[in-house]
Amino acid sequence: MAQRDGAAPGAHPSGDDRFAVIDKHLKRVRYAQDQLIETLHISQDVFGYLSDDVLMYLARAFRLPPSRVFGVATFYNLFVFDPPGDHGCTVCTGTACFVKGADAIVSAVSERFDVAVGETSNDGRLTLKTARCLGSCGLAPVVVLDGEVLGHLDVDASLARVTRMLEEAEVVHG
Amino acid sequence: MAEPIDLHEVAQRQLELHSRFPWRLKVCTSTACLSAGSGAVKAALDAEVSERGLGHKIDVTCTGCMGPCSKGPLVRVEPRGNVPTLYAGVASHHAGTIVADHIGGGKVIEHLRLNEDIPFFARQTRVVLANAGKIDPDSLEDYVAHGGYEALSKALSRMTPIEVIAELKDSGLRGRGGAGYPVGNKWALLAGSQAPDKYVIANGDEGDPGAFMDRTVMEDDPHRVIEGLAIAAYATGAHRGFIYVRAEYPKAVERLDRAIRVARRARLLGRKILDSEFDLELEVRIGAGAFVCGEETALMASIEGRRGQPRLRPPYPTESGLFGRPSMINNVESLANIPAIVSRGAEWFRRVGTDASPGTKVFALAGDLVNTGLIEVPMGISLREIVEDIGGGVADGKAFKAAQTGGPSGGCIPGDRLDTPVDYESLRALGSIMGSGGLIVMDEDVSMPEVARFFMEFCMDESCGKCVPCRAGTVQLHHLLDRICQGRARPRDLALLEDLCQVVRDTSMCGLGQTAPNPVTSTLQYFRSEYEAKIAEAARA
Repeated sequence: MAQRDGAAPGAHPSGDDRFAVIDKHLKRVRYAQDQLIETLHISQDVFGYLSDDVLMYLARAFRLPPSRVFGVATFYNLFVFDPPGDHGCTVCTGTACFVKGADAIVSAVSERFDVAVGETSNDGRLTLKTARCLGSCGLAPVVVLDGEVLGHLDVDASLARVTRMLEEAEVVHG
Repeated sequence: MAEPIDLHEVAQRQLELHSRFPWRLKVCTSTACLSAGSGAVKAALDAEVSERGLGHKIDVTCTGCMGPCSKGPLVRVEPRGNVPTLYAGVASHHAGTIVADHIGGGKVIEHLRLNEDIPFFARQTRVVLANAGKIDPDSLEDYVAHGGYEALSKALSRMTPIEVIAELKDSGLRGRGGAGYPVGNKWALLAGSQAPDKYVIANGDEGDPGAFMDRTVMEDDPHRVIEGLAIAAYATGAHRGFIYVRAEYPKAVERLDRAIRVARRARLLGRKILDSEFDLELEVRIGAGAFVCGEETALMASIEGRRGQPRLRPPYPTESGLFGRPSMINNVESLANIPAIVSRGAEWFRRVGTDASPGTKVFALAGDLVNTGLIEVPMGISLREIVEDIGGGVADGKAFKAAQTGGPSGGCIPGDRLDTPVDYESLRALGSIMGSGGLIVMDEDVSMPEVARFFMEFCMDESCGKCVPCRAGTVQLHHLLDRICQGRARPRDLALLEDLCQVVRDTSMCGLGQTAPNPVTSTLQYFRSEYEAKIAEAARA
């Protein structure tokens, strides 16, 4: 197979090895079209989000019209189409968390860090999301910071933890 | 082909292995306890045991949910042949005390001890959750040692599919996903189809906010779900099955995947299961965050890799379902009841619960209660017993206002109806539903119109957009509720709200739209004065 200039031997023809992970999965499921959602999950894990390029790539691989792939991807809440920020804050807004004041946490984080729900701050550092229910209702209200589930947080504690997450990251990476 | 597992021998070996340890420490590593730091507790206990060179005496293992999630991390100390002690709120620095004082010195650490005689435990009857908090979820041997796969073995070797279905019909088990359709009847419908390809599906798309029963079963006892689904497939003549799990439950996906692999190797799945003529392949499919996928036709569309939009019935899935083949969907909790029914019989199952709703129901208790967590109670227990005895009453000395069951499809039940027994018909008569098992208690500070708005916002966001009454109706209902909550509503808005609820209920295509008005109508029924007060407030302004 012809390789692009500079690509290491064995690398994906696109020049981006992340596609190789997707290819491996596609081969394993023999390009079965009912595996589209699983493949979207894997693609998002690998790339962080679903770009138009990736969606087109999947459409071709599955021999599906791009409208079908885009239609499925946009139907489900968990798929995102923009690169996420460096850090993630997800506030659970399930019923138990609602009763325990999750709304106030969402608006406080949104205001303090100047980031709209479902979006990433302008400096690309923080993505704020809400979740339907994380099933940890015994810990309500629940906030997830970079994958770590934190329970029984009030507004002040949530703001403090988000601040700490952003600062600690600066120390490590800065 | 490898030899199939010898259940009896594996069970004996596992029990013998357990009995070698005078002490067993079980650490709950379910989601809530993990979040509270049980991973570190487990590591600290491991370190403590190895430092003291007690590895031959003390066995430290991970288990699933023990119930009182708000009190985690939980650790149970089990002396061989003696009464166990449950510790709550355990931190890593307690590891030394537990090993040295309790195990070494025989001294119970009173300030950490959670009495298991309290109503929270005493009022429960565990069938579905029998193993949760007792076994290591990743260990097939542990499941087998607790009677696992006995029911499948019994069905395959000593029962015909017709007999299995008859047993299930006799048991009176009703669908635990919420609607309460008799499970045996559903199985009989699929069994009646002569098609060569049929599918059985476990519905683990637990979308109701405030519900985590199915997650616990899938995470803490994955083999029970697999065994239930395998028996369903045998009884109905299916050779391929799916477990559809919401993507928000990665641990459930991981454990089910592993359990399926292990079961296959032990010839509990795959070809010629346990040397019978029965073949079954199972696979896990993951959702991607769409509440409507809990609806069976939407769920099947999602497994096919399509947008999870429901379609009109008939044809019912048992005639034409997944990939156009006859299919049957059972809720995870329904399936988790199957092994117990098959091994112990319908009569045993009916001893608990009521005539019309036999058995138990798992509830996720949450909200403004002293004890929150996961409970399993006999059907027919009163809501008051759940809220006041098991839940310990409303927290912070506040007054009880409402109990919400059934999530966005359910309703709010006021204090003067708390003596209602928990069964499908009684809850429906109150304008709520059993639902999948979320039970959220709200105290006096919670505004009911705001609760209604919260659920309507949920339904508005989650409406799949296929039919107009749901797509447009939920937006209009949310708009009206928003106006009421903000004190900007006119008196005639209340009548409009009620009218629109009726229209959305009567004309929506699937359950999502048909039940979306329930939180509004039930709060209007019992807490109308709060709506009127908001409107009066607007008139004064």
